[in-house]
Amino acid sequence: MEAKTQVAFPAETLELVKRIIARYPEGKQKSALLPILHLAQAEWRWCSPEVMDYVASLLNIQPVEVYEVATFYTMFHLEPVGEHVIEYCRTGPCCLMGGVEVYDHLKKRLGIETGETTADGKFTIKEVECLAACGWGPVFQIREKYYMHLTKEKVDQIIDELGK
Amino acid sequence: MKILTEHIDVPNIETIDVFMKHGGYQAVTKALKNMSPDEVTEEVKKSGLRGRGGAGFPVGMKWSFLAKPEGVPRYLVCNADESEPGTFKDHYLMAKSPHTLIEGMIVSSFALGANTSYIYVRGELMYVIHILEKAIQEAYDKGFLGKNILGSGYDLDLYVQPGGGAYICGEETALLESLEGKRGNPRNKPPFPAVKGLWQCPTVVNNVESISATSWIVNNGGDAYAAIGEGRSTGTKLISVSGHVKKPGVYEIPLGITVEDFIFSEEWCGGIRDGHKLKAVIAGGSSVPILPAELILTTANGEKRRMTYESLSDGGFATGTMLGSGGFIVMDETTCIVHNTLTFASFYHHESCGQCSPCREGTGWMDKVLHRIESGEGRKEDVDLLVDVAKKIEGNTICPLGDAASWPVAAAIRHFRDEFEWHIEHPELATKPGAVYMRPGASWSN
Ligand SMILES: Cc1cc2nc3c(=O)[nH]c(=O)nc-3n(C[C@H](O)[C@H](O)[C@H](O)COP(=O)(O)O)c2cc1C
Ligand code: FES
Repeated sequence: MEAKTQVAFPAETLELVKRIIARYPEGKQKSALLPILHLAQAEWRWCSPEVMDYVASLLNIQPVEVYEVATFYTMFHLEPVGEHVIEYCRTGPCCLMGGVEVYDHLKKRLGIETGETTADGKFTIKEVECLAACGWGPVFQIREKYYMHLTKEKVDQIIDELGK
Repeated sequence: MKILTEHIDVPNIETIDVFMKHGGYQAVTKALKNMSPDEVTEEVKKSGLRGRGGAGFPVGMKWSFLAKPEGVPRYLVCNADESEPGTFKDHYLMAKSPHTLIEGMIVSSFALGANTSYIYVRGELMYVIHILEKAIQEAYDKGFLGKNILGSGYDLDLYVQPGGGAYICGEETALLESLEGKRGNPRNKPPFPAVKGLWQCPTVVNNVESISATSWIVNNGGDAYAAIGEGRSTGTKLISVSGHVKKPGVYEIPLGITVEDFIFSEEWCGGIRDGHKLKAVIAGGSSVPILPAELILTTANGEKRRMTYESLSDGGFATGTMLGSGGFIVMDETTCIVHNTLTFASFYHHESCGQCSPCREGTGWMDKVLHRIESGEGRKEDVDLLVDVAKKIEGNTICPLGDAASWPVAAAIRHFRDEFEWHIEHPELATKPGAVYMRPGASWSN
């Protein structure tokens, strides 16, 4: 229970949380769960049990209602992740555009497999399904940013840039 | 003829001032000042506009099913979950011209009598959500949203809701569950959302492209929209093109052009990449049946196939396919059909919500068996096993994800059975890097 005191949004995020809850009718504040989980993950990188309990308290719902949702949706990290989470699209159209080779290069370059984090905690690689950018593939996403038309050279550049 | 994308490349079209300079928001003024909600619905009915999310159900008819009990709020929810592999048109439209959707949301909400509407966008597109929210704020500032819009007495609030990464939330009842803050498990129907939808209130769910088309229909009339296209495939359609063409991207086409023209003309895809030949196409997103080159260009009756709902499905599943979401995936002769089918089988396995056992178990089986075949460990009976599993999923689930998972596997085997058998019979050849089976005498192999 003490953990709750450590986990708290800054004041301006709390204001935003209030505005989000106001988007729904009285009593339907549970609808704010996904938007607030996204804010929480942006704040703490991953959705730890403490973070999920905190979100439940903000919405006045049971912690289990948050756990069952956070575990259903793939965007929420339920384990610690690195500073930059690289989520590459492994679905058919991106493979047609040479995705497999590019992603293999990415893994080799970072020396980790999908699902792992580099020893310095900088990068985590995750495999995801179609990101709705198929004609611009191969594609990966880091936080909100889409990196498209990837080549091995581009991957190197991006890693160099972010790894600094 | 462009309806949705006419001004999409105009610099700063994402800002309301530039958007208005190019005729934006005239439909809001026209509908709210000069038309009744029923008149707007009537024009949409006349237009013949069909749902662009995949099922092709007439939009005006869907609207007319909306229950209107006294004192109960009604909702319009825009489906911007766009997760069907091969489909990226909504992403393109919202990112480049967010006001096109917002204007459509306003006239559509007005027609339905909704005072609160939501745009449910897949969570991965958070940057697009920011673009939409900025544009919505501009629309509030200009008085196109909020209380008593343009003095008409009509109120509308519009919000954007992020998803959390789950293909199933594109299914409309799963989307509503998700919007209520729950897991995205599809609901049993009936009751349909038109009667019991969001928070058990009457709700219409429509795709981004469907809603975006309504403002043009208000401005120009349903008849003008129906004059574009062919037969029951009226208007224009956004086609997302991926794969081995010279110019992948999103194209707005008048329905009715030939598939051949679409793939090979400079105006659209520009042909297959240099030195290669067309092998196969998935015309409407990953869930519709794949067709080999011959059958996508020409129907079994020898007619040129056209980009319409009817022509693409000519021949049923035996020799035809579907327009679906318009996710047009083009494959040349370097494509291994087994590998491509495996990526989709893994996709559906990953995305099954797990509620119905035929889908939960069946998608897992298909993924596993295809994986086995692809890695050179297939057994002789595996091809028939796949057909059998696909058949047992189809039609036996609460929502159509089961069908969507079984069709691509069944169709790949229907049209490329020899390729699967080659993998099983010649694992030593099939597992060589880059190895692809060439059917003797096929148009793509010589
Ligand atoms: C598994 C599954 C995924 C779907 N994904 C989407 C989607 O991403 N976007 C969409 O508009 N419709 C999707 N649909 C179709 C919706 O259920 C619904 O028919 C559509 O949003 C209605 O809008 P429309 O009539 O304007 O097409 C999906 C359906 C299923 C079964
Ligand atoms: S397949 Fe990679 S973005 Fe769609």
